[in-house]
Amino acid sequence: MAGFRYLPVTEDDRLAMLKTIGVADEEELYSDIPEKIRFKEGLKVEKALSEPELLRFFSGLAEQNISTSRLPSFLGAGVYDHFIPSVVDSVISRGEFYTAYTPYQAEVSQGELQAIFEFQTLICELTGMDAANSSMYDGSTALAEAALLSYGASDHSKIIVSETVHPEYREVLNTYAHGRQLEIVTIPSLNGMTDLKKLEKELDEETACVIVQYPNFYGQIEPLKEIEATVHRLKKAHLIVSSNPLALGLLTPPGVFNADIVVGDCQPLGISESFGGPHCGYFAVTKKLIRKIPGRLVGETVDEKGQRGFVLTLQAREQHIRRDKATSNICSNQALNALASSVAMIAFGKKGIRKLAEQNVQKAHYAVERLKKERLTIENEGSFFNEFVINCGKPVKEVNQALIKKGFIGGYDLGRDSASLKNKMLIAVTEMRTKIEIDQFAEALGGIVNV
Amino acid sequence: MSDQNQPLIFEESKKERVAFSLPEIDVPEKTLNSLIDDEYIRKNDPEFPEVSELQLVRHYMALSKRNFGVDNGFYPLGSCTMKYNPKVNEVIARLDGFTKVHPYQDESTVQGALELLYRLQVNLEAITGMDAMTLQPAAGAHGEWTGLMIIRAFHEANHDTKRTKVIIPDTAHGTNPASASVAGFEAVTVKSDVNGLVDLEDLERVADDHTAALMLTNPNTLGLFETHIQDIARIVHAAGGKVYYDGANMNAIMGVTRPGDMGYDVVHLNLHKTFTGPHGGGGPGSGPVGVKKELAPFLPKPLIIKKEDGTYGFDYDRPDSIGRVKAFYGNFGINVRAYAYIRTMGAEGLSQVSKDAVLNANYLLKRLSGNFDTPFKQFCKHEFVLSGSRQKKLGVRTLDMAKRLLDFGYYPPTIYFPLIVDEAMMIEPTETESKETLDAFADRLIEISYEAEENPEIVQEAPHQTVISRLDETRAARHPILRYQKPEAK
Repeated sequence: MAGFRYLPVTEDDRLAMLKTIGVADEEELYSDIPEKIRFKEGLKVEKALSEPELLRFFSGLAEQNISTSRLPSFLGAGVYDHFIPSVVDSVISRGEFYTAYTPYQAEVSQGELQAIFEFQTLICELTGMDAANSSMYDGSTALAEAALLSYGASDHSKIIVSETVHPEYREVLNTYAHGRQLEIVTIPSLNGMTDLKKLEKELDEETACVIVQYPNFYGQIEPLKEIEATVHRLKKAHLIVSSNPLALGLLTPPGVFNADIVVGDCQPLGISESFGGPHCGYFAVTKKLIRKIPGRLVGETVDEKGQRGFVLTLQAREQHIRRDKATSNICSNQALNALASSVAMIAFGKKGIRKLAEQNVQKAHYAVERLKKERLTIENEGSFFNEFVINCGKPVKEVNQALIKKGFIGGYDLGRDSASLKNKMLIAVTEMRTKIEIDQFAEALGGIVNV
Repeated sequence: MSDQNQPLIFEESKKERVAFSLPEIDVPEKTLNSLIDDEYIRKNDPEFPEVSELQLVRHYMALSKRNFGVDNGFYPLGSCTMKYNPKVNEVIARLDGFTKVHPYQDESTVQGALELLYRLQVNLEAITGMDAMTLQPAAGAHGEWTGLMIIRAFHEANHDTKRTKVIIPDTAHGTNPASASVAGFEAVTVKSDVNGLVDLEDLERVADDHTAALMLTNPNTLGLFETHIQDIARIVHAAGGKVYYDGANMNAIMGVTRPGDMGYDVVHLNLHKTFTGPHGGGGPGSGPVGVKKELAPFLPKPLIIKKEDGTYGFDYDRPDSIGRVKAFYGNFGINVRAYAYIRTMGAEGLSQVSKDAVLNANYLLKRLSGNFDTPFKQFCKHEFVLSGSRQKKLGVRTLDMAKRLLDFGYYPPTIYFPLIVDEAMMIEPTETESKETLDAFADRLIEISYEAEENPEIVQEAPHQTVISRLDETRAARHPILRYQKPEAK
């Protein structure tokens, strides 16, 4: 068939191949598909475009979106506008990486295997945990899988989750929990933090785990030390912490506070916002839970000549070996995005990751000062990382529409998740925002809110 | 390929080197202790490597040379559809208007992204014969679980709660039973008959009023079309169950037949397989799920809709929805690539894709059938399974032949799967490979079959040409080393 640039079979090839197969025409190859279910019409898909037309068409669609490269953004809530070093895209554009699949054949996949081994190490370093897997779909599914792990390990079916965990993560958790018939108990928040008294009340012998976010959805730094002490009074209960990995460049890692499982999303580290995906979940555990971890793991070993090499290991946990008894059904993961995150983490380096996190803290705190000057009310005055909540006194949707006209992408409308948070806006300030942008944003917001 | 040990990036680290620059902070700074309780400020920096930018680039360049992708050569990994990943898709997916867009922006500022997703949904509905579609699942297994949760919600809505079992053929991919478990079902196996197809008598036996669903890819994992699919669907439907299509093998049938016309109720697709989203060394994928009208109320929320005024938006008002299966709206970047592929090929092109995939597979099967056992006699679809049982008698295992292929620059087929074929070798050439490539590969594999007879050691000891030889997997599993540790910290 001439004209399709991805299809190399020519008419001559076709005839020769059919002859070798021993059939007169291609139809015979489909003789096992009953006539009744053969599809006779042409597929009703949109018409084909040449490469120049394709580029024009997609550029047109892309231009209809207001990108954060056009307007400064103060939107976060789980996805952030961070700097991505140029080396990241250069590495993940290598065909050897992005056109390969899961490294089943270790001898020709040492590059990917070693890259994953390095990723696992970087995640352990950030979280303070003993082992990390090769990635999960995203932070939300990683969190849900952590709950399933706890249930599997303890046989307890009560999952306690703080209301200060990302609302969409909690929704995903609910969906997963329904499949396994787990009970979800939500601990309400008090001044933007987990209500510890209520948490203590809910803990009982049926509890599989307690899930908190650090820093939490409102940007606040949860008191992990106190939470851990409360949770681990129960022998079997796991403490699961969902963390923005960039924040862990500066904050005491959950591993230091004896978390059992730490999960989150690597998007802040080298992965673009991309309208919500693909990002990259991470999953880290203590030594005790290694053999219960979901997904692929890479381990170090030696070859026949004693040379160091890397392989997929502990595969007896996985679906292709254990089938219905596997620790998870995950197969494809987010390997290329894990690679992107590795490159970013290495580019930042030991000092850079902290400096980056510090700039987020400083700029977000400056923004708070600046907004106070504009007579805006700041909620929850606890310690925070790079996000905080303000009260707009009017619907956030309206405020954001006005902000767009003034050239800013505003914050997240907390009212969409809870009526009690009506008019409250979650604002993120990353290292990407300059002082001038923050000043102008504060003035613009003040102008809109104080009318 | 060289056989030099490639240091870990941590071993290349030296204090003070940097590969990154940030502007000086331009806002007035405060001491950290005044902002964050000291207890929560990290005392030891993470041991990230300290390297220069060129060191970083050379490290990954060296790693890339120790890796094999479709761009490097023939990659006939069965059931994975390792076709060419178009370069233009990569260009398109990297446009600022797609990468630098936040999922929580106001709908009015992301109309292009929403329109793209909506159009993709409509095209996928047409290809599968389904009535409604969600693009939220992140990969095939995620789609399987989503589909089963939809079926679960359907039965629950009918108060039909005794349906706790999902029927799965013995040839199925491991994710099928694993997904059934995560969705809270018990996996029940249905046997295959001598022709490699679902045994109808056995299906009649296992299908009953406890059946929630049957999961079946078609063509199945042996690359064979389930000729009796309408009977299969009839049996499952008569028992009150739903029929689930695992879209792993969609590449065989585009424009030829549609799951929706075969009697399936739910479909998932692997956009990273059939629709060229690259495999990325293991992911990201995208696993949209399509359903028939009756099941549409249970789809995850939000759905992407076209409104009466012609704009696009999210529909959150779905009281019967199973809820969310992932934060945000799915792996958007992969969905962009899939839509670019569909728009490149069009109706005629997609049909041709499947025709060429099937032609290539049957040609390769024919070329190899003299030297290897072929357990099934009918024409295959887009892939086929050989058995290495003849070579096993000579002391050469399928694993050995797979490793020998590495010496000649081929990625091996999927091996030891499906489980019902002894010494299985599952080969999927895809439509993007030329006859010359198939001939060269067939010649080589045939030569390996002769080596198995005349010089078995060379096969048993393969590979000989790779950067490392076979690895000690037992050691890796017995004493897991899953991260690097500084020598002094060990």
